[in-house]
Amino acid sequence: MTIAETPGRTSEPAGAPVDQPVLDVRDLRMRYGSTDVLTGVTFTARPGEVLALLGPNGAGKTTTIEILEGFRMRSAGEVTVLGIDPAHGDERWRARLGVVLQSWRDHAKWRVRELLAHLGAYYRPYSTDQVRRPWDVDDLIDAVGLNPHAGKRVGQLSGGQRRRLDVAIGIVGRPELLFLDEPTAGFDPEARREFHDLVHRLTDLEQTTILLTTHDLDEAEKLADRILILAGGSIIADGSADQLSRRMSSEAEVKWSRDGQRFVHATTDATTFVRELFQQYGDGIADLEVRRASLEDTYMALVREFESGRSIAALREFEEATR
Amino acid sequence: MNPTVTALRAGVLRGGIEVRHTLRSPQDLWNYFFPNLAFLVVMFFMRDATVPGTNFSLGARTLPSVLGGGLAFGALVTMMMALTVEREDGTLLRAKAIPNGMLGYLVGKVVQVSGMQLVSFVLLVVPGVFLVDGVELRGAGSWLTLLWVLALGLVACLPLGAIFGSLFANPRNVGVIMLPIMGLVATSGIFYPITNYPVWLQWIGQAFPVYWLGLGTRSALLPPEVAAVEIGGSWRHMETFGMLAGWAVLGLVVAPIVLRRMARRESGSSVAARKEKAMQRIN
Repeated sequence: MTIAETPGRTSEPAGAPVDQPVLDVRDLRMRYGSTDVLTGVTFTARPGEVLALLGPNGAGKTTTIEILEGFRMRSAGEVTVLGIDPAHGDERWRARLGVVLQSWRDHAKWRVRELLAHLGAYYRPYSTDQVRRPWDVDDLIDAVGLNPHAGKRVGQLSGGQRRRLDVAIGIVGRPELLFLDEPTAGFDPEARREFHDLVHRLTDLEQTTILLTTHDLDEAEKLADRILILAGGSIIADGSADQLSRRMSSEAEVKWSRDGQRFVHATTDATTFVRELFQQYGDGIADLEVRRASLEDTYMALVREFESGRSIAALREFEEATR
Repeated sequence: MNPTVTALRAGVLRGGIEVRHTLRSPQDLWNYFFPNLAFLVVMFFMRDATVPGTNFSLGARTLPSVLGGGLAFGALVTMMMALTVEREDGTLLRAKAIPNGMLGYLVGKVVQVSGMQLVSFVLLVVPGVFLVDGVELRGAGSWLTLLWVLALGLVACLPLGAIFGSLFANPRNVGVIMLPIMGLVATSGIFYPITNYPVWLQWIGQAFPVYWLGLGTRSALLPPEVAAVEIGGSWRHMETFGMLAGWAVLGLVVAPIVLRRMARRESGSSVAARKEKAMQRIN
């Protein structure tokens, strides 16, 4: 066959018309008993986008992702995933998704290669001219860097290797949309970096839309095109890392010294302040430093407050800052 | 290609692979050999005792009983354990995340557990026939009886195992049901003719498939005159078929309902929560 492997996902027969978002979530609500976990989550994802759902532990990230995966029924709201309501998603829809969840320990007796070949077989009937399914096992093992371990039993893999296998299983069906739930939880920095490289390779190679959850801002900044901050049951900020930090840089700290004396001043308009400073003192100014409150500072403050129970007040402050 | 056919085929292959895995795991090999070795020792010491009222060796009567009863017990317990353990370690959720994965998983489990029972069966029957006299297949009729009894017995017991397996969320709670099941085996005339038990106990034994599987395998492997010590002095093939088929129908009706409920509830956070609980217990 001479069909080129172009990732023309939008022309998938079961799928949606061109330009329809891969994920469309409107006013998603979830209530357990009398506890509201999600109070109105709204966001969309375009094809090929990498989204990070960022938030403190217990913010509802896993609940959100499980609703989108079709593993959990929502209380209210409109949700479509690849053009279909996940509550009614059939197996054909499922074949277009990849799922990597937290804490897998399954298939310990299987060998890496054996398991990938087996799980890949389920996707074969869903192969189309646009998307050849499943991923060739050897290429896949290569792509996730498990070559030296292909013959090993799954139970013998290290934590980082195990996680790569989880990702390999998540993408064996060449998903159009991949869910990664806390993909690097419990990783050492080395394993974390390797995992980030893997995700970058995936997005370069395959144009897969990815939704990942994390409570680590650094990870979100490194991996995602767009960051959604989930706290208090709704999305309180939505934008690229750059946009978010610029929106939050309302306050800056200006430090300088004059005549051997050090000064500090907080201002919302650092440029004007510094210009006036020079107009006034000229060469007398030394050791000038302008530091904007980074996204990290603001996010860390939010997490601290959220975890110390002052969540509502912290949310309001954060929302003010991001406006 | 039809996705359902693909999943069925993948399931059968899966079962075969998992049986092969059990042949390489020390833990599984122990589970194969230890009980069967124990049965062989028991039979060895019973070989000179006779079935009450006959000259027939009690050890020789025990071999087919244990083959049948062991199959019932093994199929039920192995299925039950597999489902609870694999629900906890995330295997089931994995299956759920894959198109038609649940179908493949369940077919795989049925093939795997049946295959494991077959391995166990061979491990017991091969040394067993050398150890005791009078156990043999007498012609095509006996072969046929053995086949339908074993097949129907598996169909009766596997869904029951699946039902119990889906009801217990925690593998460590399975012990609760193990004791009654063992008690059931003891009352099912496996090691001693049920006719020597009190009548009320005979009725309890006869209500469950373990007794009927044991009776069925005895009828296939023992000479016809030994039927005299059975209830009614006969192998009661019609009743055996009726009871095993009844349990099979009941299981096949209830199991999909229970399994579907279990599958629906499976999610990443439920697996994580169970892991958390298991860790707490260890610490």
